Amino acid sequence: MEQPESHKPNVSRLALFLSFSRISLSSFGGAIFWARREIVERQRWFAEREFLEMFTVGQLLPGPNVLNLTVMVGYRFAGWTGAAAAVAGFLGWPCLVVVGMGVLYQQYGALPQVQQALTGMSSVAAGLLLATVIKLATVLPRHWRPWLFGALAFVGVGVMRWPLLWVMGALAPWAVFAAWKEQE
Amino acid sequence: MGCLRGLERAGVMDRIDLGGLFLHFLILWFVAIGGPSTILPDIHRYLVDVHHLLTNTQFADLYTLAQVAPGPNAMYVTLIGWHLAGWAGAAATTLPMLVPASTLTLLVGHLNERYPDAPIGHAIRRGLTPITLGLVFASSTILMRAVNHDWRGYLITLLTVAVVLRKPWNPLWLFAGGALAGILGFV
Repeated sequence: MEQPESHKPNVSRLALFLSFSRISLSSFGGAIFWARREIVERQRWFAEREFLEMFTVGQLLPGPNVLNLTVMVGYRFAGWTGAAAAVAGFLGWPCLVVVGMGVLYQQYGALPQVQQALTGMSSVAAGLLLATVIKLATVLPRHWRPWLFGALAFVGVGVMRWPLLWVMGALAPWAVFAAWKEQE
Repeated sequence: MGCLRGLERAGVMDRIDLGGLFLHFLILWFVAIGGPSTILPDIHRYLVDVHHLLTNTQFADLYTLAQVAPGPNAMYVTLIGWHLAGWAGAAATTLPMLVPASTLTLLVGHLNERYPDAPIGHAIRRGLTPITLGLVFASSTILMRAVNHDWRGYLITLLTVAVVLRKPWNPLWLFAGGALAGILGFV
């Protein structure tokens, strides 16, 4: 039986491009908030539950999770070209912005005032990452195993400075298997 | 000075193997489960420690600049690529990001639609979350060591953490505060 929410509205490639441009250009510090607002509330392309499912899949996969969501949404409405239109909107504008920043950095990056401002901002950037870690840590179960995996990943990549591929290759299958066993 | 910087840049461009850069980022994007912050330590290792293409300060500057741009926070990778080798460099670091997104995403999205309650998805998420945590922690320590030369830098970092955990403020305000502290000579 057709579920009512799997009824797909007709969405053009241009609409995909414009919507994902809007999401991208309004998202400072986390695109997911804006993606939900545009896709679920403004355009009503998907119901809340469907959106959450796609976001979950995006999080499971490597890469920026909202980019994964962008590909999924674009593909569902208009196949590969739809995915390309959505991605062009989502990545095209920020690409131009950061390249503009790159030009300015190469021109003025060596000025002492600019260097001082950037140093202060980098201390903030480090703090934002640290706050993310603390937020993640509060949802971690109170059990030794996840903390051990977290500590091993940190030591391998952050202290020993081993290549990420080796560390992930060694830890990820083991961690997923342990979580799987625990479930049974 | 502009001329000198131009020469310096041309020198760096000669030393860059764009194919190698593309391949390295392709591999990184395939293991970037948990988002773009998890691959920061390896990008730093590859570009600063192994190939000496960027200094510690340049790496931190480029990462930070991209954080105040709109869009996904993965754009630091594009900015680094552009700084190293112009548009070709930006393409070499950014395009690989689309490969896992356009292959795995559709495959897993399809599987997820067919088997919505498969326990493996749950196991992957639960198993990998602590690893993501360890990697993002590594990212923050690498950035701190690159920019915080004394207690004042660490104070700004800790203040940022305290504010983020208590207030729902837009991070742009915090960056503005950091820039101000820097200009006033606090760091």
